[in-house]
Amino acid sequence: MNSFFKYFSDIFHGVKSLLIGMSVTGRYFFSPGQIVTQQYPENRKNLQMFERFKGEVIMLHDGNNQHRCNGCGICENNCPNGSIEVIPAKITGEDGKSKRVIDKHIYHLGMCTFCGLCVKNCPSNALGFGQEFEHAVFDRSKLTKVLNQPGSSIIKGVE
Amino acid sequence: MTFNIYDFTSFNRWIDEGLNSFMSPTWALITEMAIIGIVFLLFYAVVGLFLVYAERKVCAFMQNRVGPNRVGPYGIFQTIADFIKLLMKELVYIKDSDKLLFNLAPFIVIIASFMALSAVPFAKGLHAIDFDIGILYVIAVSSLGVVGILLAGWSSNNKYSLIGAMRSGAQIVSYELSVGLSLLTIIVLAGTMQFSEIVEMQRNGWFIFKGHIPAIIAFIVFLVASTAETNRGPFDLAEAESELTAGFHTEYSGIKFAFFFLAEYMNMFLVASIAATVFWGGWMPFHVSGWAGFNTIMDYIPPFIWYIGKTAFIIWLMMLFKWTFPRLRIDQLLTLEWKYLLPINLVNILFMAFLVLMHWHF
Amino acid sequence: MKEIINLPVSNIEEEEYHINMGPQHPSTHGVLRLLVSLQGEMVRSLKPHCGYIHRGIEKMCEKDTYPQVIHLTDRIDYLSAHINNHAVCLLVEKALEVDVPERVRYIRTIMDELARIQSHQLWWSSFGMDLGGLTCFFYGLRDREMILDIWEETTGSRFLQSYNCPGGVMQDIHPNFQKKVHAFLKTFKKKIKDYDRILSGNVIFENRSQGVGILSKEDAISYGVTGPSGRGSGWSCDVRKTEPYSMYGKVQFNEVLRYECDTYSRYMVRMQEMHESMNIIEQLIDNIPEGEHSAKMKAVIKLPAGEYFQRVESARGELGLFVVSDGNKTPYRMKFRTPSFSNLSVLDHISRGMKIADLVAIGASLDLVIPDIDR
Ligand code: SF4
Ligand code: SF4
Repeated sequence: MNSFFKYFSDIFHGVKSLLIGMSVTGRYFFSPGQIVTQQYPENRKNLQMFERFKGEVIMLHDGNNQHRCNGCGICENNCPNGSIEVIPAKITGEDGKSKRVIDKHIYHLGMCTFCGLCVKNCPSNALGFGQEFEHAVFDRSKLTKVLNQPGSSIIKGVE
Repeated sequence: MTFNIYDFTSFNRWIDEGLNSFMSPTWALITEMAIIGIVFLLFYAVVGLFLVYAERKVCAFMQNRVGPNRVGPYGIFQTIADFIKLLMKELVYIKDSDKLLFNLAPFIVIIASFMALSAVPFAKGLHAIDFDIGILYVIAVSSLGVVGILLAGWSSNNKYSLIGAMRSGAQIVSYELSVGLSLLTIIVLAGTMQFSEIVEMQRNGWFIFKGHIPAIIAFIVFLVASTAETNRGPFDLAEAESELTAGFHTEYSGIKFAFFFLAEYMNMFLVASIAATVFWGGWMPFHVSGWAGFNTIMDYIPPFIWYIGKTAFIIWLMMLFKWTFPRLRIDQLLTLEWKYLLPINLVNILFMAFLVLMHWHF
Repeated sequence: MKEIINLPVSNIEEEEYHINMGPQHPSTHGVLRLLVSLQGEMVRSLKPHCGYIHRGIEKMCEKDTYPQVIHLTDRIDYLSAHINNHAVCLLVEKALEVDVPERVRYIRTIMDELARIQSHQLWWSSFGMDLGGLTCFFYGLRDREMILDIWEETTGSRFLQSYNCPGGVMQDIHPNFQKKVHAFLKTFKKKIKDYDRILSGNVIFENRSQGVGILSKEDAISYGVTGPSGRGSGWSCDVRKTEPYSMYGKVQFNEVLRYECDTYSRYMVRMQEMHESMNIIEQLIDNIPEGEHSAKMKAVIKLPAGEYFQRVESARGELGLFVVSDGNKTPYRMKFRTPSFSNLSVLDHISRGMKIADLVAIGASLDLVIPDIDR
C-alpha cells in the first residue's frame, strides 16, 4: 500500500516541481522589461566605458601635444610579454648638454595582456589606459602603434 | 462564386465545377491534386520558417534576450536568410557512409510529416482529404518519420549518430503507444475517427470540457507523449547536443540538415494541430450550450483564426517545456512511458468508457 | 593498422566501442578529450587526454619576475583569476615577511568571494546546459554580468583582472564599489531563488543527478578531489577553514558539507556555497578599514633562496603553489597544484557503469576548467 501511495505522491510532486519551473520561464516570457541584451552597434553613441577600463595602453598627452615620457625604458623592462619597445634618442638641450628623450615608444597591442605593470611602474606616470575597445583590424601590423604622437615633446620639468 | 471565410465547402465545389467544365474528369482530378500539393508545399514552407522564427523569439523572451532582430523589422526575415544560407552550403560527403540511405533519410522524415499534414482540418471544408479513419491515418503516417531518423543514424558512419538514432527508435516506438491510447480515449467519447465529424461534435462544447477529468488527463498525456514523439526537449535525446553533439543529424549539412530541421518544426505543428482538433475543437469556436448570444459573437471570429490560435497556444506550451526542463536520460524516458503514462492511460480509457456508458459526460 | 589487428578478440565479443568526446565537444567546456569505451550506452571506462591547451605556464613563470607572474596565473583557472593571483601574492609576502595593510586583506577577501560566486554562477549555467536546460545558461550569465561590471569598474578588466600584486592590490577600490556590491547582493539573493525553482527542485534534474557518480569520501581523499566536489563527499577540505589566510580566520562562515556523495550533493554544495560567500561579503563590505591599498615593496622583488608553498581555496578546490627560489628575481621553479587536474583524475573511477548522459552530468558536477588542467 505504501508503494501505491508513493507512486501517486511521486507523480504529484513531479508535476508540481515542473509547474514551478515553468512558472519561472513563463514569468520572464511575460515581462519584457527584464530584457538585459544591449544592442551594441546601436548604442555606440552613448556607450560609456568605466573610467578604469583597460582598452589599450596610451601615452597621456596634454593640450600642447606634450607628454611626460623621458625614455627611461622601465616600462619595457616591466612588461612580461615584450609588448613595449622604447627607442630613445639623444638630443642636445638648450644648455648644450646632451640628454635622453623618447624617439619612439612602440606598443604592440596584439601582444599585450593588459596586466597594467607598465602603467603602474612608469616613474613619471606617462602611460595610462585608453577606453578604445574596437581593436579589430584586418592586418596584424596595424596593432603595432607608436604611442608618442608625432611632433610631441616632453613636458618641461618632468625629466 | 460564393466565397465565405466561415465555410470553404462551397469554394471547393466552385473550383471543382470550374475545372470540370473545361477538362475531362481525370484531368480535373490531377489538376486538383497538383493545386493542393502546391498549396501545401507553400504552407509547409511558410509555417516551418515562421515556427523557427517564433521559437527563437519565444526562447529569447524566456531568457531575457531579444532574439533575432537584425534582418528586417524585429528580425522576421532571419529564418529566410538562414534558409538561403543553408541552401548555398556545401553538402559534405561522408567517407564510408551508405550514400543511398544517407540521401534518402531526410526525405523520408519530411515526407512523413508532409503526409500527416494532409488530414488536418484547418477550417470547415478546408482539408485535403477527409478520411473516415483520419486519426488512425495520422498516427500511422507520422510514425514513419522514425524510419528516416534510424536510417540517418545508421548511414552516417558516425557513432554519435548511431547512438542518437537508436535512442530515437526506442523512444518513438514506446511513446507511439501513449499517443495512440490518449487519442483513443477521445475516440471512445466521440465514437468516430473522422476529423470533420470530431470537430462537428464539439459544436456545443469542446471535448476537453465534455469529457472533463479523463479528457484532461488524456490531453496532458497526449501533450507529453507527443512532445516526446517529435523529439523535442526535454525529450530530445536523439539530438542531445550536450551528449551526442547533434545526434542523428551530426553529419548532415546544408539543405539536408534543413530538411530535418524543418521536419522537426512541422511535426510540432502537426502534433499541436491534432491536439487542438481533438481536444480543443479544432476550428470550432468556443461555445457554451445555452448562451445563444455569446455563441453568436464567438461565431463571428473566423474558424481559421480559432484553429491558428489554439494551435499556437499548444505550440507555445511545448516551447515552454523545451526551454524550461533539463533533458531526461534514456532509462528515465522509458520509465516515464512504461511505468507512468501507459498505466495511467489504460485506466483512463476504462474510466472514459465507463463515463460514456453512464452518460456522465456533458 | 597494426593496433587494430592486435586487438584481443574478447574486446570484439563484448561489443565494446570507443568514442572520442572532445577535444571539440559541447559538454567538455573546452578542449578536453575523453576517450570513452562504451558498451551500448554504458560507459566501460574512459581515458582523459589532456594537453590540448597546454601553454607552458609553469615554464613561462621561470622567466618572469614575481609581479609578472601574476598575469599568467590569471590564465590558469580563468574563473578564479583573483584567487590564483592571491596565492602568488600570499606566497611572496610570506617569503619576504611583508605585512600587508588590513584594507588589502579585506579587499582581497571580498574579491575572492566575488570570484567564487561568479565561478559558481557560470558553473550553474553550464551545468543546466549540459543537462539540456538551456535557459539556465542565460540566467546564470545574466546575473554574473553584475559581478563583471563591479570588477570592470574597480580593476579595469572583466575577466582576467591581474588585480593583486605582491604587497597589495594594483589600485584602490572604486568609490562605487561598496554600493555596487550591495546592489548585487540584493538582486542576487532574489535571483538565486529562481535557480532553485528552475533546476534544483526539478524532478527531472533530481532524477538525473541523485545517485549518479558516487564518489566515496575515501576515494575523494585518495584521488585528492578537493573543493566543492570533495565536500560533496563529506570531506572537510576547505583551506579557508583549515589554514585561514587573509580575512578568513576572522569572518563567520560555515564549511558546506554534504554526505550523499553523488552529483546532486556536489551540486547542492556549490549552491549553498554561493549563499556562504554572500554571507562573507556582507560581513566585510561595510567594514573595509581606511588605509593604503598596498604595502611598500622593493622595486625588484627577490625571494630568499629556498622552497615555499602556499595553498588557497579556489572556486574548484585547493590551489597549491610551490616555488623554488635561488635568490634571483625570477623563480627557479614554479609548480601549480591545480584542483581541476586532480578532480579530473577521478572521472574514470566514478563514471564507470554509468550512461553517457550521466558522464556529462558527472563531468559538469566536477566543474572542470580545462586550462586549469593543462596549464
Ligand atoms: S613610458 Fe614611463 S617607464 Fe616607459 S619609457 Fe617613458 S617614462 Fe620610462
Ligand atoms: S599592460 Fe602589461 S602586457 Fe600590456 S604593455 Fe603594459 S606591461 Fe606589457
